[in-house]
Amino acid sequence: MNPLWTLLPPLLVVPFIIAFGERRRNWREGAILFAGFCLFVINIIIWRATLAGEVQVSGEIQILSQYSLKLVVEPMGVIFGLLASFLWIVTTVYSIGYMRGHNEKNQTRFYTCFAIAIAAVMAAAYAGNLLTLFVAYEVITLSTFPLVTHAGHAAAVRAGKVYIGILMTSSIGLFLPAMIWVATASGTLDFAEGGVLSGAGLSGFSLAFLLGLFVFGIGKAAVMPLHRWLPAAMVAPTPVSALLHAVAVVKTGVFAILKIVTYIFGIDTVSASGAADWLLPFTAFTILAASAVAFTKDNLKARLAYSTVSQLSYIVMAALLATTMSVSGGVMHIVMHAFGKITLFFCAGAILVGAHKDSISQLDGIGKRMPLTMAAFFIASLGIIGLPPTGGTWSKLLIAGGSFDTGMWIWVAVLMLSTLLNIAYLLPIPLRAFFKPLPENSDAEHHDHGDAPAACRYAIAVTATGTVLLFFFPAPLTELVAMIPWR
Amino acid sequence: MMDQLPALQVMLPLVGAPLIILLRHPVWSWAFATLVSVLTFLVSVALLLQVSDGSIIRYSIGGWEAPTGIEFYIDQVNAGVALLVSGISTVVLVYAYESIKRSLDSSRHYLFYCGWLLCITGLIGIVITGDAFNVFVFLEISSLSTYMLIAFGSDRRALVASFRYLVLGSVGASFILIGIGFLYAATGTLNMVDLAARIPDTESPRAVLVAFSFLTVGLLIKAAIFPLHGWLLNAYHHAPVAVTAFLAGTATKVSLYVLVRLFFSVFGTEYSFGQLFLNWVLLPAAVAAFLSMSLVAIYQTDLRRMLAYSSVAQIGYIVTGISLATQTGLTAAVVHIFNHGMVKTTLFMAVGCILYRTGHAHIPSLDRLMSRMPFTSTAFILAGLGLIGVPLTAGFVSKFTLISALIEQGWGIAAGLILLSSVMAVAYIGRVIYLILFRESRGPAVSNEGYREVPISMLVPMYSLLALSLYFGIFGGQSLSLAGSAAETLLRGYP
Repeated sequence: MNPLWTLLPPLLVVPFIIAFGERRRNWREGAILFAGFCLFVINIIIWRATLAGEVQVSGEIQILSQYSLKLVVEPMGVIFGLLASFLWIVTTVYSIGYMRGHNEKNQTRFYTCFAIAIAAVMAAAYAGNLLTLFVAYEVITLSTFPLVTHAGHAAAVRAGKVYIGILMTSSIGLFLPAMIWVATASGTLDFAEGGVLSGAGLSGFSLAFLLGLFVFGIGKAAVMPLHRWLPAAMVAPTPVSALLHAVAVVKTGVFAILKIVTYIFGIDTVSASGAADWLLPFTAFTILAASAVAFTKDNLKARLAYSTVSQLSYIVMAALLATTMSVSGGVMHIVMHAFGKITLFFCAGAILVGAHKDSISQLDGIGKRMPLTMAAFFIASLGIIGLPPTGGTWSKLLIAGGSFDTGMWIWVAVLMLSTLLNIAYLLPIPLRAFFKPLPENSDAEHHDHGDAPAACRYAIAVTATGTVLLFFFPAPLTELVAMIPWR
Repeated sequence: MMDQLPALQVMLPLVGAPLIILLRHPVWSWAFATLVSVLTFLVSVALLLQVSDGSIIRYSIGGWEAPTGIEFYIDQVNAGVALLVSGISTVVLVYAYESIKRSLDSSRHYLFYCGWLLCITGLIGIVITGDAFNVFVFLEISSLSTYMLIAFGSDRRALVASFRYLVLGSVGASFILIGIGFLYAATGTLNMVDLAARIPDTESPRAVLVAFSFLTVGLLIKAAIFPLHGWLLNAYHHAPVAVTAFLAGTATKVSLYVLVRLFFSVFGTEYSFGQLFLNWVLLPAAVAAFLSMSLVAIYQTDLRRMLAYSSVAQIGYIVTGISLATQTGLTAAVVHIFNHGMVKTTLFMAVGCILYRTGHAHIPSLDRLMSRMPFTSTAFILAGLGLIGVPLTAGFVSKFTLISALIEQGWGIAAGLILLSSVMAVAYIGRVIYLILFRESRGPAVSNEGYREVPISMLVPMYSLLALSLYFGIFGGQSLSLAGSAAETLLRGYP
């Protein structure tokens, strides 16, 4: 199937969103759900065709003399496409409950930008060359900007400035020249099996420098010191934080790095030249430092944001270790972390809508009022930590195994230490919710709230179940990972 | 008829101008000027189609064969530039009607449109002529009419701006004239093709060297290349905004074309860049231009002035491409001449729309413009993204090509500096976009509530130009292949 089809549902739904508008919001959201359903079906068709070994490419648009925009399906993209399109449906269900429960303004603009961002994510997932990936990357930045500043108050606008400032500056200042360098050195921007740079005659130093330009230029991967935009983006409504800033946007960043390491550099070139050696300490530092910062945050969304920063660097590290096993683990971690983190954000939003609370210190005893939400929170925490019975176990195992292979024990130690930190900052939250008593007179100013809106609860149930199912049935995922052409 | 097209290209506006003096009526003179501009544009299209296969039109005026007589020499390169001039003129003229009606007393409209036609006569003449002295003549026609158009600005500072341009412009023109004089003395011919043939074996190479220096400096002034850009800032700031929009897309671009034509075709690439190291003059100037001017643009409070600084910076990009003197570099320069012409004209048209409703272009009081003038704001934002060089806009195509040209030559540092200046462009354009979208007025609240959108006759030309620039951003392969063959023609020199 032509991967261009994946762009159609999210783009075609935009006029409908605008036409239905606020007056017929049931129709509007029905249209989005329908588009999401179509998109998911298209992705499934592409998935089946990929398993059957079909070559799926789109046409080209020649935007530069030798370089064009085009989409090509490969296994990594299928995984990302399936993930983003499935979670879009779930998030839409969740948004219906959240946005209405929270009485958000400008919902039409919200859903419009959301749909455009999803279209761009699809373009990134199936990007056939680096140029397409870059263009999609920029479109994602621009289309999510109105979502970050959605609330419109001074803090949101300030956060928006940080968001666009870091993402735009890094992509234009580092990502773009890196891409042009690849183009001049190898004469092509296409993603190719085994990479295009092995025969380009770049010295070891140039390769290391080029890889650094990519790792830091792709600011969406949030490797420190370019992580500031991600906590800033938490000012957005929770569905945005959940789908975009835990899954779609940030995963586009690490996905881009994985693709570049695999299909532009080639994992053999990276590991043989040692180009990544100077970058690994940055990712290790990010993993640990972000976990430590997360530990100090009392605001729930801020803690989750720093947790995301840390988890993204797992994937970047996996890519930079450049062994078959670690990169496979990185690809799988995209999915595993996505299910876990989106559940956590859904829970944070549910707590905000249901109980009007956003700080961890306020959550004592809340588990009795919102049992399902906090149970899901617990399961998803296990997923992030990487404990059975959740999918996170497999990906973490693979990444750790990959670092064993390279013989660099220190990175294994970093991973394990970070796991301990994960336990320390995530598990106290459900424990406190279930086992601490409700503070007295806490509901003096609040009405006696129950659990979150029904739509939110359904969404949470689906993603939490997904986290567990991925532990027992990882086969479809591993099957696709096994199809990635490494060399 | 088709044979006479080169003559018509210049004669149409030249004859149209005095006819407007006879018409005098403000609306009719506008309509007539627009009609003439449209016809000129159609002639440019026809000429470009004729030469698009790589052929060359040599038209002898009055039947006097070159090198005795004067000829028009049209190939792909200058047919394209003529198309740019007449196209932008047409678009901006349609737009100018409302804008000029508001800012200029109706009894003087006919003078304005007359000056406009003379200006395009001059600019197109410079571009298509094949005679060095003729270049000077048309340069004077365009300069004199430009001084006049700038002086039509609504406040009295326009007169000072016009006068300063007159002084510097005359210095530049005199330098060019002296240069042409020396060339004539050294070779005994004024025809550019003939010059190119005779310069290599001239008996007085020192005279050619002097000519080269005078011409270079003169053209650097006319093209507003840093540090000789001083006239441009005030001229762009205080001229009627329609004039600024027109000049920003055409005037400096035409001077850059002459520069390129002389260096590459007449003196020859080997002479200019191989023996005289012109690149070591142009490149530092260009780098200084885009770095310093982008930086200064960040701190401007007037939108027109900010865009004027940005223009000098963007000319720096074009000159960087020229100074490389390679196929890719020159392609980047040529394509950026077009892309920047479209984008900057669109931006100035948007500024004109803002001026039309608010009466000022003070950046800090643009807050929340989006809610009051959504179409103007959207056009400004999209064109602004093109100026920054965001992918899928025209600016991206030229910037990508320019940077790859630099990396190809191993000038990675210059490429890095271009990216640094792009980041500055993010800052100065981003600041305005930020104000347009979100309120942040700290100073005394300017009461500019209740503006409406501008008339449709201003929006349509603005959006058509914007759409064109976006088209060339998406299908950049086409414009790049045209620019590529133009660059090839230039590097090869006259056949």
